[in-house]
Amino acid sequence: MAKAAVAAETRPWRDPRAQPFISVQGITKRFGDFTAVSSVDLEIFRGELFCLLGESGCGKSTLLRMLAGFEQPTEGRILIDDADMSAVPPDRRPTNMMFQSYALFPHMSVEKNVAYGLLREGMKKAQAYARAGEMLKMVKLEKLASRKPDQLSGGQRQRVALARALVKQPKLLLLDEPLGALDKKLREETQFELIRIQESLGITFIVVTHDQDEAMTLATRIGVMKDGGISQIGEPQEIYERPNSRFVADFIGSVNLFEGKVDAAAPDFIRIQTPELGAVLVPVQQGLARGQQVWAAVRPERFALSRQKPQGAQNAWQGVVEEMGYIGHMTQYRIRLENGRLIRASQSNRLRDEDPISWDDHVWISVSPQAIRVLDE
Amino acid sequence: MRGWFLPMAVVLGFVFLYAPIVSLVVFSFNESRLVTVWGGFSTRWYGELLRDRQILGSAWISLQVAFASATIATVIGTLGAFVLVRMGRFAGRLLLTGMITAPLVMPEVITGLSLLLLFISMELTLGWPAGRGLTTIIIAHTTFCAAFVAVIAQSRLRSMDESLEEAARDLGAGPVRVFFDITLPVITPALVSGWLLAFTLSLDDLVIASFVSGPGASTLPMVIFSKVRLGVSPDVNALATIIIGFVLVAVAIAGWLMRKQMSKGL
Repeated sequence: MAKAAVAAETRPWRDPRAQPFISVQGITKRFGDFTAVSSVDLEIFRGELFCLLGESGCGKSTLLRMLAGFEQPTEGRILIDDADMSAVPPDRRPTNMMFQSYALFPHMSVEKNVAYGLLREGMKKAQAYARAGEMLKMVKLEKLASRKPDQLSGGQRQRVALARALVKQPKLLLLDEPLGALDKKLREETQFELIRIQESLGITFIVVTHDQDEAMTLATRIGVMKDGGISQIGEPQEIYERPNSRFVADFIGSVNLFEGKVDAAAPDFIRIQTPELGAVLVPVQQGLARGQQVWAAVRPERFALSRQKPQGAQNAWQGVVEEMGYIGHMTQYRIRLENGRLIRASQSNRLRDEDPISWDDHVWISVSPQAIRVLDE
Repeated sequence: MRGWFLPMAVVLGFVFLYAPIVSLVVFSFNESRLVTVWGGFSTRWYGELLRDRQILGSAWISLQVAFASATIATVIGTLGAFVLVRMGRFAGRLLLTGMITAPLVMPEVITGLSLLLLFISMELTLGWPAGRGLTTIIIAHTTFCAAFVAVIAQSRLRSMDESLEEAARDLGAGPVRVFFDITLPVITPALVSGWLLAFTLSLDDLVIASFVSGPGASTLPMVIFSKVRLGVSPDVNALATIIIGFVLVAVAIAGWLMRKQMSKGL
């Protein structure tokens, strides 16, 4: 019981009675003939760090700009904390945005940039600058307060932009590719910094990104977008382990897809007949009809490789190692089956292997039914 | 071949462009009344210039015209640039784009003549501007100066990151506030260099001013031109030297401002 209560408190989306903090209702945005966002419904809860993930042009930035008030939806409405935002201009919304270009005012010092929002609120100068100073301390830039933006490095600019967007303590912070302009090392450090700040301030974040690793690391939940619509919403693990379509399975991580037809149901397993692998056993899953066209999806790391035929394996095939890439903590393989199909598999290198599977080895490749996800679209 | 050809070409180019100007400056310090004969160094003609009421009066008129028309042109040109860059697509946009830059390529004689005809018919029908003089020259100069300002302001606005303005809106500033807090400071260097360019262009103009000016409102270039027709006198050299100095300073400031903006990459 206690465990369930904790889960509901920190993961309100699992509680059907929870009230969403931000409610996007049937939002569509058209630019002339082009539909950038089409009938999106989205509910985001207080204190979430929600990632909108998708390739460029999928409509994620447009959705963010509608939340900020820079674009008016063609249809639908947005509620923030139960207030309809339709007629509210960006300067009156309880949201702030961190721009991809950071959009720091070039003619103002760092300190002035951060204090700008407070001064527009009508706060006294001394108080505004004191608050700005606190924010700069939080992002560890208090020493650079009097610099101009063009005297800062990329990482410093990013932190000024974050401080400026947070200083008014918005109900909702919108971040457009917040780490996009940083190099890899700095990006990884900043990810955790961002999570720390978000948790300590308790502000709801919506982050737009095209980087799946970033989304997986940051997010409480991810909304995967494609062609202006949301393909799937879920916790990172859910998205990875139980994708609802071939698109999501392929977009998050990599995957082997085998087309087939539902053949017969055994008590414990369902058999799928595929042209490439023959019969594949998968776990019993609701909503599969006999003869239905489906795809069996297997992540590369779910395959086991062995030289001998594995004992008692339900799904096992023979092949030859065509390519391999040793990365250190793991090795990636491309294995050619007898019928010519290439399979991506990877093995984590947990032990120092004296005789690893290598090029041109004949191997058995097997996968447990539980590790296979059946997709019907 | 490459060793001497390129430097020589450069030197020849500079000589071709600047030798006349250099000789003009040198001869402005000539003691002799004969323009082509060197009679020793002197600042005599500068002194004479200061005593020449006609030249001083016309210089004053020129400065007034240049100041007024550069200022009006900066306002109009900036507004035009805003309309073209920020209003998106609207009926007549292409026409406006063409019209706003047309004065850049229009032969001055035609601009001058058409403005003259306009002023005459306006005077007949509206009663304003009464006669031709300072006002008509200012109006005429504003028309072509505005085109230059519009071009400069347009390129600055195009390269300006629009999310700067959005960020200010997002932080709680209304549209008017955003214009004065963000947009204007960011494009100010471009507007200053536009103003300086307009100022020098107006100071320099002879043809259009000749068409639209009236009695008692001769600009400096008009006076110089009429003096030269009677023979080149050394005080004209002195005057020209001063003008070159002015223009050089203005252009240098404008160029410096533009470069400063470029190097910021904003």
